[in-house]
Amino acid sequence: MKDLLNSWGPTAATFLPLVGMLVLLAIPKTEETLAKVVALVTTTSVFVVVVAMLFEFDYDSTGTMQFALDKSWIEAINARYTIGIDGMSLPLIVLTAFVMPFVVIYSWDHFPEPKNPKVFLTLLLILETGMVGCFVAQDLLLFFVFFEVVLLPMFFLIGVFGGDDRKYASFKFFLYTVFGSAFMIVSILAVYFLYAQNVGDGTGTFSLAALSAWGGEGLAKNTGILIFGGFFLAFGVKVPMFPFHTWLPDAHTQAPTQGSVILAAVLLKLGTYGFIRIAIPLLPEAAKWWAPIIGLLAVIGIIYGALGCLAQTDMKRLIAFSSVAHMGYVMLGIATLTPLGINAAIFGMVAHGLITGMLFFIAGSVKDRFHTLDMSRLGGLLLKAPHMGWLLGFSVMASLGLPGLAGFWGEFPALLAAYSPAEGLSEPVFRTFMVIGAIGTIFAAGYLLWMLQRVAFGRPTEEFEDEHIHDMHLTDYIAWAPFIVMIVVLGVYPQLIFKITDGAVVQSLAAITGN
Amino acid sequence: MPASLLAVTTETYSTPVLDWHALAPLVILMVTLGLAIIVDSISARRTSTVLPNLAGLGMLAALIPVLTLAISDDRSRELFGGSFVVDRFSLLMSALFLVAGYVTVLLSTNYIAEGDYHEGEYYFLLVASVAGMVFMASARDLISIFVALELLSIPAYLLASWRKRTQTGIEGGMKYYLMGVFASAIMLYGMSLIFGGTGHTRLVDVGEALHGSFGSEPIAVIGIVLTLVGFAFKVSAVPFHNWAPDTYEGAPTPITAFLSVASKAAGFVALIQLIFVGFLGRDDVVRPMMFILAALTMFVGNVIALRQTNVVRLFAYSSVAQAGFILAPLAVVAADDPAVLSGIVESMTLYLVAYALMNLGAFAVIIAVSRRTGTGEMDSWGGLFSWAPALAVTMAIFLFSLGGIPPMLGWNAKFRLFDAVVSAGTASAYTMAVIMAINTVISMAYYLTLVRRMFVDDAPDGDHTPIKVPVPLVAAMAITATVVVVAGVIPGPLSDLAQSATLAIAG
Repeated sequence: MKDLLNSWGPTAATFLPLVGMLVLLAIPKTEETLAKVVALVTTTSVFVVVVAMLFEFDYDSTGTMQFALDKSWIEAINARYTIGIDGMSLPLIVLTAFVMPFVVIYSWDHFPEPKNPKVFLTLLLILETGMVGCFVAQDLLLFFVFFEVVLLPMFFLIGVFGGDDRKYASFKFFLYTVFGSAFMIVSILAVYFLYAQNVGDGTGTFSLAALSAWGGEGLAKNTGILIFGGFFLAFGVKVPMFPFHTWLPDAHTQAPTQGSVILAAVLLKLGTYGFIRIAIPLLPEAAKWWAPIIGLLAVIGIIYGALGCLAQTDMKRLIAFSSVAHMGYVMLGIATLTPLGINAAIFGMVAHGLITGMLFFIAGSVKDRFHTLDMSRLGGLLLKAPHMGWLLGFSVMASLGLPGLAGFWGEFPALLAAYSPAEGLSEPVFRTFMVIGAIGTIFAAGYLLWMLQRVAFGRPTEEFEDEHIHDMHLTDYIAWAPFIVMIVVLGVYPQLIFKITDGAVVQSLAAITGN
Repeated sequence: MPASLLAVTTETYSTPVLDWHALAPLVILMVTLGLAIIVDSISARRTSTVLPNLAGLGMLAALIPVLTLAISDDRSRELFGGSFVVDRFSLLMSALFLVAGYVTVLLSTNYIAEGDYHEGEYYFLLVASVAGMVFMASARDLISIFVALELLSIPAYLLASWRKRTQTGIEGGMKYYLMGVFASAIMLYGMSLIFGGTGHTRLVDVGEALHGSFGSEPIAVIGIVLTLVGFAFKVSAVPFHNWAPDTYEGAPTPITAFLSVASKAAGFVALIQLIFVGFLGRDDVVRPMMFILAALTMFVGNVIALRQTNVVRLFAYSSVAQAGFILAPLAVVAADDPAVLSGIVESMTLYLVAYALMNLGAFAVIIAVSRRTGTGEMDSWGGLFSWAPALAVTMAIFLFSLGGIPPMLGWNAKFRLFDAVVSAGTASAYTMAVIMAINTVISMAYYLTLVRRMFVDDAPDGDHTPIKVPVPLVAAMAITATVVVVAGVIPGPLSDLAQSATLAIAG
């Protein structure tokens, strides 16, 4: 078992969804239940593989690549199929594998229009391959391929299954991301050839391990800064950071519930993960130059996202803007370039994935019952559907960073890290960021509670006063309960993630912290 | 001058030793040509299945010697004193032309038969044009390049104006003809300057002379620029692209596919041979010229493509833009760096192969769809996914491949273009890479527009009846789509092929 997992675990986790997809394609369109079962079995087996790896993972050396596999792929340019999992990617892989089965369960009787479960589930499975692939890839080019593969299913999820304005939203989502990644290609190649010139006796490499070990030594300062810029564009759009965030509210609002959940829970993390896995370890010196800019954009994102939230009338759009703010904390943690900050960032990613995923689930169900998300028409959810109303309250509390729930451990250590950023970064600047970020938490409480008040409190509007609103379905319970449990568990015992990530983070920052 | 020229040739004249193995692909095509004419003239009208089958089989048969040559030990066979060379590069390109020709036959079968066009002449001309291209792949001499160019172009002029009963057909054909002849004239002038200066027509000798004293003369620059301009017309590089949209729209759609793929590839083959065998001595002339051509072609093609409402015209501009991408590596040609040179040829060959497959596949879908809609207007593509899901998915594969989205073949090929450009490591190389990156995004916008029509929009008149796609078209789509997806996921074999082809010419 151990041996099998050791070499093939990550590969299995990545490509099992693709196998499931092929099976799904062979099923006639009319056999809807069978299609759902296949998708559920596939996503669950991915989850089982990931859990098995979770048990086999060596927690004493989270800084080393485990379950590693290295095979030739495109020999002509020395791109290899190198995969592996370390402490930095493990939490995110678990998050991905964890979210998918519940998304499928939630879909059971919530298929978005036009109802076509086969196509919908096919897209979900392709998406899972892309997402897991991104987190296991240890080769720059391989990462890039998976990074792009994610785009296609998401484009169709929004474009085909989305809301009224889906054309515009899907288009914007795709073009923004392609814009970023087109520049990343140039950066990837620049790194490849500069490595060949500076080390590696003339042969370039895409291996992240080799490139991180090199760390851009011997590069002219401006070259490094420009190359980092290419990565910054790609990942910054994906996160999304202010001012590249405008695709996000549109995509979230128009996407079907499942799409929003995945987008929030996993896709946005590809950007932040790219920063900590690729951009910073590859070019630590350039990272220091960029850190204040990233920090500034992060705090602008926090405040801007919060103000954006207060201006929304649509519940889903409000949650989308809150994502901009929350990812701002993650990016602030990353910008400090300290182990504490990046650990907090990874925690923040997982927490945001769970909490915002949960919020989108609830928003989807509200839309399902009330056929609107316009907050001026909603109200009295606690009277109409008390269980759902309380869960909304719970998620809002988690999202605003209530201590004891997961959200707190993403925000608080990130702010703490900004108090003493890495050596070479200006303390006054980062402390200012910290203060602004702290003010942002007040805003967060403001807009989230405001939303809760408008949706859940009070009496239902006249429109829905006499209408029967169904409280939670069985599938809702099954799909949501694990999220709630994880939010509480991680909130009470954050060490669960910090323990895993710390070793890997310390290692990846070796060039900056000097150990 | 003619007298002395004759004197030289008679002195050294000896009967050339013909390597029939090396000539076999051309011979088979010539036999097919003849058979097509004979069959057409002796058989009654309405022999719709015989002629396309004959032409198709002829091209497949010509592939056999190409394959046997490829696995034979001789890496390079030179005939006629080195003006006709069969090496890995020419073999790969011949194979590309033959496959493209075969797919064009598949595309044409129903189109031509149902359109009541002259079938016999059509296939005769098509095979003749393919023969010219196969010849071009081996031509390493100014004269044989010119002969090959005319052999492939003249049938193409006729084919482009095949829809002679329509205004657009005549207009497109006429434009193509006039522009083409004009380009030939310019190119011939350039070639004559080079010949006048060096006294040689063989590219190898021209290359040596350019390294010598002639290289520094201004006349050499004019000669090089004019010769290359001639081929810039052929590959529809901006500002010599004006013919492309009208011709593509007016020509029968299978011929549009053929022109945008095979004819363009032939132009690139000639460019590669001219530059890498002949003009490397003046890479300082080639580089800026190609930089400007590539950048202009990409921007103009892409930006105008954004505004198109007709699918065929969209693809016309898309193919202009794609030509810009293929030209881009030439902007970093550096004679003193063999690694960069071989990277350039390799990436260009790979992209030509990839581009041929995805564009032909896309045209197969266009022809299939317009069989029902009867128009190329983009509006008629609305909701394709609801009434022809397989066609929509296939088209999406080709469009994403053209845009360079993994895991399709196009992304790997485009990545290699970036790779070749950046490998030069100069400031202008990085500028070119950034220009390419920007254009990738612009191109994605119009490819996505079409995807959106197919998947998101509703069918224009609520008509959801499925369509019947003829077998040859299905075959064309199946072949191209399979290669595009499989070679995208496993890019190894195709890059190896391109790499071995490169060694012949740039090594």
